Amino acid sequence: MARDMSDKDILKMELEQLQKEVKTTREPVSKTAKEMCEWVETKSAEDPLIKGVPEDKNPFKEKGGCIIT
Amino acid sequence: MAAQEVQPNETLASLKTESETLKTKLEEERAKLHDVELHQVAEKVEALGQFVMKTRRTLKGHGNKVLCMDWCKDKRRIVSSSQDGKVIVWDAFTTNKEHAVTMPCTWVMACAYAPSGCAVACGGLDNKCSVYPLSLDKNENLAAKKKSVAMHTNYLSACSFTNSDMQILTSSGDGTCALWDVESGQLLQSFHGHAADVLCLDLAPSETGNTFVSGGCDKKANVWDMRSGQCVQSFETHESDINSVRYYPSGDAFASGSDDATCRLYDLRADREVAIYSKESIIFGASSVDFSLSGRLLFGGYNDYTINVWDVLKGTRVSILFGHENRVSTLRVSPDGTAFCSGSWDHTLRIWA
Repeated sequence: MARDMSDKDILKMELEQLQKEVKTTREPVSKTAKEMCEWVETKSAEDPLIKGVPEDKNPFKEKGGCIIT
Repeated sequence: MAAQEVQPNETLASLKTESETLKTKLEEERAKLHDVELHQVAEKVEALGQFVMKTRRTLKGHGNKVLCMDWCKDKRRIVSSSQDGKVIVWDAFTTNKEHAVTMPCTWVMACAYAPSGCAVACGGLDNKCSVYPLSLDKNENLAAKKKSVAMHTNYLSACSFTNSDMQILTSSGDGTCALWDVESGQLLQSFHGHAADVLCLDLAPSETGNTFVSGGCDKKANVWDMRSGQCVQSFETHESDINSVRYYPSGDAFASGSDDATCRLYDLRADREVAIYSKESIIFGASSVDFSLSGRLLFGGYNDYTINVWDVLKGTRVSILFGHENRVSTLRVSPDGTAFCSGSWDHTLRIWA
């Protein structure tokens, strides 16, 4: 549909969208970044790819293997 | 004498000027709240340890480039689709193929697992999204039960079930996204706003509400309200096509991967880009991105055959994974975060943990 629109129509669509967006409520990065870091820190403890999973518990780790004596 | 003669060039120019003025104003409003950088706030966060991630399983069976994959909620099954027209359902623990369907078209660019685990959706150059119920009987011909749900006027680039098996969200080369009822095939809502092909989409985590994000060849990432069909936020900082978008696990941000060789993080509450994940040595496009469970890690699959692992908060690369022998085209972390799967033009899928 966008491919069939004229340049003018596309610009009008963009303009309407911009007019809406200028009015959005925003929060300062200092606040949102701090909250993001806090959120991650509480969840990191339970993130298997960060804390690792013991070989015997992770279904994707290799089972069996060779022991060379 | 003719009455008002509308000169097309003039109107176009004045529209452009107004658009530029508004864009500048938008940037000014956003800049007012850009009082600190994410990585500065993250200085207090503990650094990550060494990463040892390697290929644990290799899924072989596709006859051509793997284009898309998705995990089942059971954390072990995977659906993948390929340029050869095949859609395969795998048991990632055992690497066995459980189902295979041959689509009537090549380049099956999109596939998705239904939340119930009982069906898969896929589509591509056929401009449609079709749903196949998965039968317990391995001998049953899946193609016979196929249900055509979505119809676009150009290729299907991505699809995703919403919170149930009843609705599917699609994005297309025709520049639109659409929400469909699976049972009736009815179009429930369409989303217009991209000025070129839409290449990717991702639904917000269910707790955050009814929104989704899409990325396109117009370099824009748009956030949409699913009920009203309105675009609520739009970001245009990438310098090329956006190939992949993925919500941050909390729903307050999303990441994108682009042909401009960068991945970026956009904070939805601050309404701006807050991080760029890039290196001078990375010159090939990022095709797909996904977060680890906590959102601390961002995995990016690239066209230079590698997977780069980024520290989302500090903005640094923590690891680079080699293994694929051609472009990485698709990448998703498993539902419980214990592993992630990558698909490649080298015809294989790899599970990393």
